[in-house]
Amino acid sequence: MGDWMTVTDPGLSSESKTISQHTSETKMSPSSLYSQQVLCSSIPLSKNVHSFFSAFCTEDNIEQSISYLDQELTTFGFPSLYEESKGKETKRELNIVAVLNCMNELLVLQRKNLLAQENVETQNLKLGSDMDHLQSCYSKLKEQLETSRREMIGLQERDRQLQCKNRNLHQLLKNEKDEVQKLQNIIASRATQYNHDMKRKEREYNKLKERLHQLVMNKKDKKIAMDILNYVGRADGKRGSWRTGKTEARNEDEMYKILLNDYEYRQKQILMENAELKKVLQQMKKEMISLLSPQKKKPRERVDDSTGTVISDVEEDAGELSRESMWDLSCETVREQLTNSIRKQWRILKSHVEKLDNQVSKVHLEGFNDEDVISRQDHEQETEKLELEIQQCKEMIKTQQQLLQQQLATACDDDTTSLLRDCYLLEEKERLKEEWSLFKEQKKNFERERRSFTEAAIRLGLERKAFEEERASWLKQQFLNMTTFDHQNSENVKLFSAFSGSSDQDNLTVHSRQLQKKPHSMSNGSPVCMSKLTKSLPASPSTSDFCQTRSCVSEHSSINVLNITPEDIKPNQVGGECTNQKWSVASRPGSQEGCYSGCSLTYTNSHVEKDDLP
Amino acid sequence: MNFSEVFKLSGLLCKFSPDGKYLASCVQYRLVVRDVNTLQIVQLYTCLDQIQHIEWSADSLFILCAMYKRGLVQVWSLEQPEWHCKIDEGSAGLVASCWSPDGRHILNTTEFHLRITVWSLCTKSVSYIKYPKACLQGTTFTRDGRYMALAERRDCKDYVSIFVCSDWQLLRHFDTDTQDLTGIEWAPNGCVLAVWDSCLEYKVLLYSLDGRLLSAYSAYEWSLGIKSVAWSPSSQFLAVGSYDGKVRILNHVTWKMITEFEHPAAINNPKIVVYKEAEKSPQLGLGCLSFPPPRAGAGPLPTSESKYEIASVPVSLQTLKPVTDRANPKIGIGMLAFSPDSYFLATRNDNVPSAVWVWDIQKLRLFAVLEQLSPVRAFQWDPQQPRLAICTGGSRVYLWSPAGCLSVQVPGEGDFAVLSLCWHLSGDSMALLSKDHFCLCFLETEAAVGTACRQLGGHT
Repeated sequence: MGDWMTVTDPGLSSESKTISQHTSETKMSPSSLYSQQVLCSSIPLSKNVHSFFSAFCTEDNIEQSISYLDQELTTFGFPSLYEESKGKETKRELNIVAVLNCMNELLVLQRKNLLAQENVETQNLKLGSDMDHLQSCYSKLKEQLETSRREMIGLQERDRQLQCKNRNLHQLLKNEKDEVQKLQNIIASRATQYNHDMKRKEREYNKLKERLHQLVMNKKDKKIAMDILNYVGRADGKRGSWRTGKTEARNEDEMYKILLNDYEYRQKQILMENAELKKVLQQMKKEMISLLSPQKKKPRERVDDSTGTVISDVEEDAGELSRESMWDLSCETVREQLTNSIRKQWRILKSHVEKLDNQVSKVHLEGFNDEDVISRQDHEQETEKLELEIQQCKEMIKTQQQLLQQQLATACDDDTTSLLRDCYLLEEKERLKEEWSLFKEQKKNFERERRSFTEAAIRLGLERKAFEEERASWLKQQFLNMTTFDHQNSENVKLFSAFSGSSDQDNLTVHSRQLQKKPHSMSNGSPVCMSKLTKSLPASPSTSDFCQTRSCVSEHSSINVLNITPEDIKPNQVGGECTNQKWSVASRPGSQEGCYSGCSLTYTNSHVEKDDLP
Repeated sequence: MNFSEVFKLSGLLCKFSPDGKYLASCVQYRLVVRDVNTLQIVQLYTCLDQIQHIEWSADSLFILCAMYKRGLVQVWSLEQPEWHCKIDEGSAGLVASCWSPDGRHILNTTEFHLRITVWSLCTKSVSYIKYPKACLQGTTFTRDGRYMALAERRDCKDYVSIFVCSDWQLLRHFDTDTQDLTGIEWAPNGCVLAVWDSCLEYKVLLYSLDGRLLSAYSAYEWSLGIKSVAWSPSSQFLAVGSYDGKVRILNHVTWKMITEFEHPAAINNPKIVVYKEAEKSPQLGLGCLSFPPPRAGAGPLPTSESKYEIASVPVSLQTLKPVTDRANPKIGIGMLAFSPDSYFLATRNDNVPSAVWVWDIQKLRLFAVLEQLSPVRAFQWDPQQPRLAICTGGSRVYLWSPAGCLSVQVPGEGDFAVLSLCWHLSGDSMALLSKDHFCLCFLETEAAVGTACRQLGGHT
């Protein structure tokens, strides 16, 4: 980035400088129009530059343009285009090297400028996009600000409203309270009023009542009377007694008696309840002692005196109490003792239970802290796995047991021995098999050898035959050399028949022997016929056809001809002897066919020889 | 369950004798006494005018018939039909008449509560008690019949006088700290007197027999207060029903509140059984009829057209919107009654008039709720066992026991609208009273009924 900046900055400044200079020197330039153009299209393409320069300088104004350029360049700090003149009078010469250097430099500068320009452009683009982004951000933020401002205003408004409402509610509450107060006051006043009125009314009413009473009661109202047949006896059978002070006292006594009875009854009930509660307490205490004493034996050492004394106290108390409870005393001291001892016991029990709880919680916490949470699942899985394994093992054991039992049951003696024997036999069998295979291989080898021997023998026989044949032919040739041509021909035929073994070919040979005599005489140097034959042969490969064709074929034809193209035959005819020899060589080794071909070759050979002979 | 034939009745005046042998009922100016077992008329008395009130004497030997309009009281002897007694209050008039517990004195309250005249049947003596207070429950006798407490009003102050019933001697006389005393009630053990103020103020005062104030209790102020009060038969608890729809239970040791029972219209606790009376469709009724009744020898079973269903909680009960700007608004606990063994308390909240709440006093919690189709008119506990009979002014009577609930149609032509009921002492039968008739309903022995109730309860 820094590099880039350093590169671009001077470029930029220089460009701006050039531009400014261009503008300042437009008048001077001969092609001000073009420079203007340059200014307009601030970054002219190279092609344009070319065309511009081509137009800038013409045949006529070379000098002018050179001087202009020189001027321009010198103002830019380039070396002068002209050679340094020795004298002022002498006309300055254009220094080509300087021009080239200048041009190079200018080009370099141009490139640099272009690069810088590109960079600047990209930067510009970047900055533009950044600018856009920032602008959008800005607008967004502005919007946000606006919305938040609006929200704030709304909230403020709401707050204000709520406050207003709150104030109103407060006011209302106050009013309500006031009203309640007022109403209460009213109620109270009304109540007093009412009571007052009531009292007044009641007084009046009472007065009236009094009056009425006097009127009604005091007057001897005859009507008020009881008309009764005869008085009945009292329900209790006693006679009524006069009201005296005695009776009053008696009534009082009775009342108190009743009250006393009631209280006694209640006291009895309470006593019973108390006794029951005491019993429960005693029992609880005993149980506590029995519960705590064995446990306390250890902690007594730890929690030295306090609990020890307490316990001794408790024991004493227990003794006392058991004594006292027998008489069922309920005096305060006893009660205090009992409650105190129970309290102490209870405290001990509580602390003990708390300790236990703490321990338990500790253990729990520790357990939880370690891996209890995780290991629980694992544990279950593990146990499941183990159970499965156990099951499997059990099954295996069972099957094993069954198998063992079966074995034992079915054949405890025979089978084992046979098995043992079988073991040995198997071993032996194995060995025997190996031997057998070895033997077989040997046998195969032997056979192969025998076959090769027989083949060799056959080959030997064949070779011997061939050799004999050769010898016979050699002898024959020798003999023929001595005898006439006619004899030789017939002999040749005879020979052919003699060494062709197959019966089929016997007939053929017989035929051919007869036939061959005729064409042999007729077809002397008739290659056209042969060529015709070669063409027709592939179309009719049947033996009968072959025979027929053969019959019409000249003595030159042979089975080998099947593979030979007419062109091959031509050179045959051209250079007869050499090709013939080649054939004979080729046909020498081979199977029956080869032999046959060989035979035919020899046969043709003989013909060729015969042809060539004349 | 068997029903007797229907007898004529007027003024809902039908009472079993305290010894349980006889049944007295009134038809206009005639008093009919029947044998409870045979229902044969034992005695028939003719009064001078239409009877407005009857009461058996405690020893079941006499019956008083009050004719308030005429200011007359006639007394009849069961042993001596020819014996007669007529008390004329004359121009003073008569508003209330009752026996003293000994059965030899009659207390007549004159008009305007000018005085109470105590007439003796043994002697010629007549006693007057002045200044009785005109209030709902101004006189109360202890259960043993020894003492009578009387609310009095003198010089705009409330007083309570305690009399010895044997010779009508004033034992104690003390003023009570009440604005306007409304009721007094002895505890069943006869040693504590509960005194409560008018509905304008929540106040319960407890006095000992010797006139000492034991305790005063007030739950709240500035609102309508106590509507009903009931002692538990064991004298251990005092239940106070109030206009705020709550029952507060006070204990007898500290006289403080142990607990308060709210009567919400919505019941959410799944432990509480809510029995809901449901009208049965005819098909269902027939189906139910095919059930053989568990009792042998019962008469033709009446076609009951309603049954109880156990509603699944939460249940919302039907409530009345009370008119609060009138006097005596229909809110609050208007009725409450302890079962004879003090184990249960039955209550009715007046703005949920068709429901009866049954509370378990041992556990101090709601035990069951019965919602009837129509407002509950009256309920009464069986004197022998925790069994509650309810009537709603319809032709059915409803029974609740801890084992279950059942509804029984009262047989007979026409509609027998049960307006009130009263149990026989033994709990074996009860009298069902309608406007013009009454009949007896005989229940089986305890065990049989128990099983029947259980079975029916299970079915309903």
